[in-house]
Amino acid sequence: MTTFADQPLEEQIAKWRTYLRRRQAVHGPDVEELEGHLRDQLSALTEAGLAGDEAFLVAVKRMGSLDALSREFARAHSERLWKQLVIAPDGDEPANTSYAETPVVLILAIAAGVAIKVPALFGHPINPNDELPLFYARNASLFAFPLLAIYFVWKRKSNVASGLWLALPFAAGAVFANVFPFPTRSDTQVLTVLHLPIALWLAVGFAYVRGRWFADGGRMNFVRFSGELAIYYVLIALGGFVLMLFTFMMFRAIEMNPDWFVAGWLIPCGAAGAVLIGSWLVEAKQSVIENMAPVLTRLFTPLFTVLLLVFLATMAWTGSPINVKREVLIGFDLLLAVVVGLVLYAASARDPQAPPDFFDRLQLLLVLSALVVDGVALAAIAARISEFGFTPNRVAALGENLILLVNLTWSAWLYARFLRHRSSFAVLEGWQIAYLPVFSAWATLVVVVFPPLFGYR
Amino acid sequence: MDMSKDLVAASATPLVLAILAEGDSYGYAIIKRVAELSGGHLQWTDGMLYPVLHRLERQGHVAAKWAASENGRRRKYYRITKEGRAQLAAQRQQWKAVDGTLRGIWMQACTA
Repeated sequence: MTTFADQPLEEQIAKWRTYLRRRQAVHGPDVEELEGHLRDQLSALTEAGLAGDEAFLVAVKRMGSLDALSREFARAHSERLWKQLVIAPDGDEPANTSYAETPVVLILAIAAGVAIKVPALFGHPINPNDELPLFYARNASLFAFPLLAIYFVWKRKSNVASGLWLALPFAAGAVFANVFPFPTRSDTQVLTVLHLPIALWLAVGFAYVRGRWFADGGRMNFVRFSGELAIYYVLIALGGFVLMLFTFMMFRAIEMNPDWFVAGWLIPCGAAGAVLIGSWLVEAKQSVIENMAPVLTRLFTPLFTVLLLVFLATMAWTGSPINVKREVLIGFDLLLAVVVGLVLYAASARDPQAPPDFFDRLQLLLVLSALVVDGVALAAIAARISEFGFTPNRVAALGENLILLVNLTWSAWLYARFLRHRSSFAVLEGWQIAYLPVFSAWATLVVVVFPPLFGYR
Repeated sequence: MDMSKDLVAASATPLVLAILAEGDSYGYAIIKRVAELSGGHLQWTDGMLYPVLHRLERQGHVAAKWAASENGRRRKYYRITKEGRAQLAAQRQQWKAVDGTLRGIWMQACTA
């Protein structure tokens, strides 16, 4: 290989190298090898009397088209098309904190596992033959979330002093989860169990975006992170389930009972530690692997749209009203939450500059049909709400319905404007993002105000 | 003479192995040697040689190592392995069979 005195020629070679590097199937050393070939060819051609740019044209032509070349490389190295999630950093990337990251994450994950065992020392034992005490359900988010916040404070190199402010919401959460005198079988206690994680997830979000909630892209990244974490958590849980089954099978084969270990250690410690491990995996793979949540969104948006439309058609055809039972309202809340999730994750993967396409129309159809279905359900429930009276569950469910309804109604309006080219997609994305704290605010309200308001029943 | 793509692809392996059997070499020199041997009839797209070399390396027919070249930059040199020589012998038998068959039928055509 030769270096050329001809400056424009060197620039052309550099450009060619950059194009080649972008090919996924062609790795660094291959680029070097091919560049060496190109340079040998160039020096032979220039010696034969060609000018620099002429020689370059000929040499590149002889090398063949980059498309064909990378196709051949992909055939020779088919594994390169499967992106590998390697925990060790790539040689090309600057290794800043990556080497320290593994031990830090492992320590935090172990700390989460230990944290969940601490209450056992203070009169909250986990009995394998009994149901899990509600104490653990109420405090579930307090075992792992603060450590997750610490991880992000460390990872983002945030100011420790500002990181300390993040301790406030968690401390408040711990207080409100434990000071109220809930009787056994209390509805407001179950509401606290369900709403405290939603309220505290916002605090994790603050740690994730380094406290700069309004900085560009930070919140959307947190939404993406949350979706991926949920998927990774489910995958880890599946693996944990298999591990559990084998533990049972093997120890029972030697006449030992592993119940106390599985119920008292494996499940709680694993569930807490997996939050940290899952987050770490999401952080490590964000640049390596395609996000899964938007893929699932693409898959399920049409299916949910079909479901809602068929449901509406069936109801119109048969005229059978919605049978208002206890769980119906919560069921429709969940439906709206799923639709909001589909809208949110579709937005998270969408290029805001792209013009409206078929999928956007489908999204609008999904949102509209969800609104109609929810309207029908609400009408049925409202007719009988005076009959039922206001229980904490019903008020919480109604409030949630209202919040989701507002979100979707405005989203539908923005979608319609966007489809008629009256407004940009960024406005819709901005609306979804700006709405996120509302969910947490409502959850906080339920945790803090509902128990005393309804006399802890 | 324009040779068919399939024939070029099929002959690539024995050609590369045969050239490496003469002595260790590297990509650009192999291409030059092919052009020399075929009198310019066998034109490869230069880049296509490398996937072939890498496939042979993976199959264990050739071994590669990076070494400094005469002009200071590093260069990947290829060497034929024992398995490569066995593969070359096998391919040689196959090509001989094809060659013999074609010769036979064309000789008949000439004398008929």
